[in-house]
Amino acid sequence: MTALSNGHAANNSSLFKIPPIKFTNLFINGHFVHSLSGNEFETIDPRTGEVIAKISEGRKEDIDVAVKAAREAFDNGPWPRMSGAERAKIMMKWADLIEENLEELAALDAIDAGKLYHLVKVVDIPAVANCLRYYAGAADKIHGEVLKGAREFHAYTLMEPIGVVGHIIPWNFPSTMFAAKVSPSLAAGCTVVLKPAEQTPLSALFFAHLAKQAGIPDGVLNVVPGFGPTAGAAISSHMDIDKVSFTGSTEVGRAIMHAAASSNLKPVSLELGGKSPLLIFDDADVDKAADLALLGILFNKGEICVASSRVFVQEGIYDEFEKKLVEKAKAWVVGDPFDPQSQQGPQVDKNQFEKILSYIEIGKQEGATLLTGGKRVGNKGYYIEPTIFSNVKENMRIAQDEIFGPVLALMKFRTIEEGIKSANNSRYGLAAGIVTKNIDTANTVSRAIRAGIIWINCYFAFGNDIPYGGYKQSGFGRDFGMEGLHKYLQVKSVVTPIYNSPWL
Amino acid sequence: MASSSTRISRLLSRSSASLFSRGGKGYLGTGFSRYSTATALEEEPIKPAVQVEHTQLLIGGKFVDALSGKTFPTLDPRTGEVIAHVAEGHSEDVDRAVAAARKAFDQGPWPKMTAYERQRILLRAADLLEKHNDELAALETWDNGKPYEQSAQIEIPMLVRLFRYYAGWADKIHGMTVPADGQYHVQTLHEPIGVAGQIIPWNFPLLMFAWKVGPALACGNTIVLKTAEQTPLSALYAAKLFHEAGLPEGVLNVVSGFGPTAGAALASHMDVDKLAFTGSTDTGKVVLELAARSNLKPVTLELGGKSPFIVCEDADVDQAVELAHFALFFNQGQCCCAGSRTYVHEHVYDEFVEKAKARALKRIVGDPFKSGIEQGPQIDSEQFEKILKYIRSGVQSGATLETGGDRLGSKGFYVQPTVFSNVEDGMLIAKEEIFGPVQSILKFKDLDEVIERANNTRYGLAAGVFTKNIDTANTLTRALRVGTVWVNCFDTFDAAIPFGGYKMSGQGREKGEYSLKNYLQVKAVRYV
Repeated sequence: MTALSNGHAANNSSLFKIPPIKFTNLFINGHFVHSLSGNEFETIDPRTGEVIAKISEGRKEDIDVAVKAAREAFDNGPWPRMSGAERAKIMMKWADLIEENLEELAALDAIDAGKLYHLVKVVDIPAVANCLRYYAGAADKIHGEVLKGAREFHAYTLMEPIGVVGHIIPWNFPSTMFAAKVSPSLAAGCTVVLKPAEQTPLSALFFAHLAKQAGIPDGVLNVVPGFGPTAGAAISSHMDIDKVSFTGSTEVGRAIMHAAASSNLKPVSLELGGKSPLLIFDDADVDKAADLALLGILFNKGEICVASSRVFVQEGIYDEFEKKLVEKAKAWVVGDPFDPQSQQGPQVDKNQFEKILSYIEIGKQEGATLLTGGKRVGNKGYYIEPTIFSNVKENMRIAQDEIFGPVLALMKFRTIEEGIKSANNSRYGLAAGIVTKNIDTANTVSRAIRAGIIWINCYFAFGNDIPYGGYKQSGFGRDFGMEGLHKYLQVKSVVTPIYNSPWL
Repeated sequence: MASSSTRISRLLSRSSASLFSRGGKGYLGTGFSRYSTATALEEEPIKPAVQVEHTQLLIGGKFVDALSGKTFPTLDPRTGEVIAHVAEGHSEDVDRAVAAARKAFDQGPWPKMTAYERQRILLRAADLLEKHNDELAALETWDNGKPYEQSAQIEIPMLVRLFRYYAGWADKIHGMTVPADGQYHVQTLHEPIGVAGQIIPWNFPLLMFAWKVGPALACGNTIVLKTAEQTPLSALYAAKLFHEAGLPEGVLNVVSGFGPTAGAALASHMDVDKLAFTGSTDTGKVVLELAARSNLKPVTLELGGKSPFIVCEDADVDQAVELAHFALFFNQGQCCCAGSRTYVHEHVYDEFVEKAKARALKRIVGDPFKSGIEQGPQIDSEQFEKILKYIRSGVQSGATLETGGDRLGSKGFYVQPTVFSNVEDGMLIAKEEIFGPVQSILKFKDLDEVIERANNTRYGLAAGVFTKNIDTANTLTRALRVGTVWVNCFDTFDAAIPFGGYKMSGQGREKGEYSLKNYLQVKAVRYV
């Protein structure tokens, strides 16, 4: 098909052959099972709005069964009792199996989430294998410390797996988020009940199937597709889950923390929304900066919590930057995610699609200038034009709220101090980008911005060893890196008197 | 993967041959002997099921002859006969190897590739080592004389485990951001140190290979490795597998040769950035001097020991006897951390000596390729003669020879498991490293006394403590000036546990996270 950004319909059927959907049931205790109620829900192809498959719908009673399996696997099973090296070996095998099934997994995410197939294939799925290998390599490197007591005591810390972990993951990066949550918790020796987003249950179920093949013992990994208010709520309020890790919206994050507080006080880590600033200074290469800004908002259709949805440009280059940005946005290719030429697929579902269009209306009503975009693409599926607003004021909703779509708010600033102040003028604090050649500017701004990750002359630079998470209402706790492992560990201090020691 | 400590304890229990179901290649003999009947040793030695394929130097990714064309024979310690003639590296060959390593470090892809890619290559190498477990084990046993089952079931799996462990470190080497007074941004970069020279001993050729090569490669260094002249074969085979796994040429160079020539050339080389040595304390001194006189390269040394094994009054005597026996006799007593001073509390002393003697008498000595063998020959005639000399010294100084004391058979370098009781601290056999199957049992009265005596040595490598009392264990643990204390266990090695010596047993630590320090430079970067 011809993929176009200028309003042509992106509704031709894909040339790509979608693999048959093999796994649609809940994965509990090593087996695929129907939900107890027998209920199912539909997972939709966002290119067309049509049904891909019917998925067993997990609810509270299914979560109970899954937690029971995970509890048993943790309390009496081999997984937490194996050496880290043995867990690593199984995780390495799992990573190999994921690479062997690369194309099928990539197709599942592309069809389920509307993600670009060719990108998922070379980025998302290999990253799952790499993340598993990273944490497999960490499984035998979990060190406690031996402590210098202030008195005649010998003390040390044991880093123990926290227990049964509930993971609730979003639909925008179904595979990446699965890996970011599951890999460190399994390396730590925990067992897992994971709820994928109702929009994108397919890849998680396939991963579970491969986990079993790799030798992950039954009950260690349970995957229960379902909805937030039922299955998600059951996880966050479960009395037998020892820790919940959630990635999603700030509103739902609040509900999860509330449920954890009113149930068993389980610790929670939250990776939530953002309204991340990208500051472009006068000394930047304007062309490169425009590329970065565009990628920052349009990558994954803007459905990424760290999207650079507020772009602040210093006044000296503002006009030139704006011109280039609009040119580049108009050349951006929106189309079928299986078409290798496409740079942007459809939004994940009707809800998101309508929410984004309503924010575009709000932006117009608030008095921002619509430079380009603003409409749906075609008449089928959930495609939206790359959209740029200028003359945006910091208090406008399009500059304050997370839109989670291809909508960029462009603003101008004069001094470095003003840029910092504007960038921090947000209830969020997930990420920020800086484009400058000046080392002092880079250092000052890096330290001044209250966000969990700062990208200098790059954006979306993720790595397995780079911790990632938010300040302020973007959440707390970190995924990735050794920080991402430590949140699945309990610290136990062991203290005993020491007599007649030659040193203290 | 069962932990190797489990495997060691299986060996410890002297299980029947049927327990060793894996890794055997049909060396199922029936003629093994208690040491007192040495007839089996007069039989023809079993032919190892492996070909010696690599005898040249490995430089710049290629097997090459020594520039001089010289070779030296490597001997089968079962017979003293030649296994193969191996290219003998001299100073000019070390120069070539260092040049290759230098080029690979300064211009090659290895330090520049992502840590993730280095990890993948190390993991692939580990897979290949695992695949060739039996060939590697056979070479190791043929060249060294250690029991094949020990090679095939403990050492090669541990070799694989070590490389997987270090592969996992490659992408977890973190610098720090550092607080500083004033308006500065400070961070540390942990950078590979450069060309590492590594000199390894003959007692655990492949494990020492892993202890050295693993962390150096994980950190992005390049290597010139000199193997011991007694055991050059297995490292050449293993290094070839690393190249098959995708290691770029010049990153790992292996030079067989002798200490005074090849070893000295490496230690004094102006273009080697770091030196790591495992071997005797006397040679360690020379290595350190050469480093000091040349380019001040930092040196890590893992040297000799005279490690105490302390059996307290409350110990389970049977277990203590078995463990003390293992602590000394494992690997023909050729362990730097051998528990070669067995201190036994006076209340259990007599019972202990009697049982230790009985245990030594039951030790199964013979052709190491036979199933069920616990002890093979010593490495070479020099070590063999040295051990017999120490035994004579023990007798002359008045220690009681409980059992053993002589060679076994008439061929090769087999020594009878030997036990001395009534050993005094001042005797040579209680002071010097014998590096052979000679157990010295000493008597003690109380804890303070044994602490003082145990520490009264120039060595400080390891110690064993056998007690059920937590306070005794804690006190001894802290009071002993040694790099490893094993409580109610011995020789439990794991990839993550650091190993190294106090005092003249060396400097630096190998294995675990600590080992990475040996191969990293720290660069502090300060921005105003």
